[in-house]
Amino acid sequence: MNQTEPVLRVRDLTVTFEGERTVHAVDGVSFDVRAGEVLAVVGESGCGKSVTSLAVLGLLPEAAKVTGSVLLDGRELAGASEAELRAVRGSALSMVFQEPMTSLNPVLTVGRQVTEVLRRHQKLGRRDARERAVELLSLVGIPAPRRRVDEYPHQLSGGMRQRVVIAIAVACDPAVLIADEPTTALDVTVQAGVLDVLDSLRTRLGTAVVLITHDLGVVAHTADRVLAMYAGRPVEHATVDELFASPRHPYTRGLLAAVPRPGAPPEGGRLTEIPGMVPALTERADHCTFAPRCGLADEECTTARPHLEGERHLAACWHPEPEGTP
Amino acid sequence: MTRYLLRRLGQSGVTLVLVSIVVFVGVRAMPGDTARALAGEETTPEALAAIRAEYGLDDNIAVQYARYVQHALTGDLGTSARTGLPVLDAILDALPVTLELALFSLLFAVVLGIGAGVVAAVRRGKPAEWAASTVALLGLSVPNFWLGIVLILGFAIALPLFPASGFVPFGTDPAENLRRMVLPAVVLGTGLAAVVMRQTRAAMLESLSADYVRTARAKGLSPWQVTGGHALRNSLITVVTVLGLQLGQLISGAVVTEQIFVLPGFGKLMIDAVFTRDYAMVQGVVLFTATAYILVNLTVDLLYSLIDPRIRLGGAR
Repeated sequence: MNQTEPVLRVRDLTVTFEGERTVHAVDGVSFDVRAGEVLAVVGESGCGKSVTSLAVLGLLPEAAKVTGSVLLDGRELAGASEAELRAVRGSALSMVFQEPMTSLNPVLTVGRQVTEVLRRHQKLGRRDARERAVELLSLVGIPAPRRRVDEYPHQLSGGMRQRVVIAIAVACDPAVLIADEPTTALDVTVQAGVLDVLDSLRTRLGTAVVLITHDLGVVAHTADRVLAMYAGRPVEHATVDELFASPRHPYTRGLLAAVPRPGAPPEGGRLTEIPGMVPALTERADHCTFAPRCGLADEECTTARPHLEGERHLAACWHPEPEGTP
Repeated sequence: MTRYLLRRLGQSGVTLVLVSIVVFVGVRAMPGDTARALAGEETTPEALAAIRAEYGLDDNIAVQYARYVQHALTGDLGTSARTGLPVLDAILDALPVTLELALFSLLFAVVLGIGAGVVAAVRRGKPAEWAASTVALLGLSVPNFWLGIVLILGFAIALPLFPASGFVPFGTDPAENLRRMVLPAVVLGTGLAAVVMRQTRAAMLESLSADYVRTARAKGLSPWQVTGGHALRNSLITVVTVLGLQLGQLISGAVVTEQIFVLPGFGKLMIDAVFTRDYAMVQGVVLFTATAYILVNLTVDLLYSLIDPRIRLGGAR
């Protein structure tokens, strides 16, 4: 693994939504990302991936209670003031959202939405910002950027819009880019193009990327390391190769077994599913939250909470598969 | 865009013709005899017949209408039976008063309504929202004439800040003109302000929870840029629609308000004309009002395309 200092270091991040029924959306998530590295955060819907990313940017609603530490280049963001966070958002730390059809403002030109962030953080004048916007649109692979810059979002396809969102996100050369399901809403053919853009940006600009996705194909294609989450908790953390070759946590194994592989029909002609349901996150369990769905669960699993452990390939499980040899 | 504009202008023309026919026929269906109203004291059958012949009242109604249109096109809307002066002159005298009243009411309603609506949405669940919503509900529930009387009692009699009635032309004394417009504009604008406030609040609540507002916040924009530049810009579509629909109310509200504050505007002209069976005047005033209404609607439609590029008309896709 890369030995340089991580640009983003998240430690024991916990998010609780207090209300009539308190929800523990994220519970003890830790990860590091280094420059030029792609960390994939995977898990099924509702496992706390998106809440984690919004918590890192400090964009959660007031009702959310966030604890833990978020260090960006050594600066603590958790508990920072709104003004400090605003100075970081869009410049050192930026985000690409899931839904390109709605994440751009329909009544403002593409150019206005790109230049806005340049003028805010880099204090560019109107004309310089516009020139830079054209460059950025061309950088993310939008044809005829000089014309597109004056168009409105509804005049662009979904893939093009997502490229605009990416252009906005990388406008100020962020140290860290968080991409929350950037390709989920797109056609498969368009997906590859958008992923290539993200990939080339990280090699060219050295951006650290946190890629949030439930698509294991995307993970295998793009990521260096993977953090798997289940019900708000981290369950496994390893390099992509290790994780795909020898998953240690029963949940990750189930997740991988549920992916169809062309040319290799699953045994019995059916894809394997994980039995049972994701638990409600309304109480903070002092045990393994996957235990009710796990074939290996015993008494220990239902009485004590496992934490991420291992040499390099970490798993939060009382009965993990042994670590593969490097 | 040009084609759209031409088509809309054509439609407006047709509407105007239909309105003029309805008014023309309607006025003639009103109880009472025009000739008798014109004749005054002189009510001998011969005198009435002479008047009918003079004004062409014996002719077929279609012929009368054609003559009316022919004259109207040259700017001659007839002569007031009450004053004997041209209808057009009376209208042009009254028009600035009503326009000024409508403009200030609109300004009052837009500034107060949008401002309070934005505050109520941004400070959702806080005392500010509660206060704004309560005031808006009051504004909606209170009738014009009552509010007018209360304001006169409060700010013209108990606390003599503003005159209770009367009008001074802007050209004569601008300061006095504005002073006299304050109370009428508040009275006429209050109901509209309340409607605008409620619509702005609802539209802003929707905009503020939209994905693009989250994107704007993720760019590190200030709350003001997020609220004003992104959320409000989208909410204005709804607000402009409501304004367009409510401007008709403003015109009819002006009639009441002008009566209360004794302003020599359109409303007063119309009421006086109806009560004295001054048919030419009624026709002229209604025709002018209809034209104003049509123009306002056209403007609102054109405003949409300025605010919302998705309905920009005839533009290249």
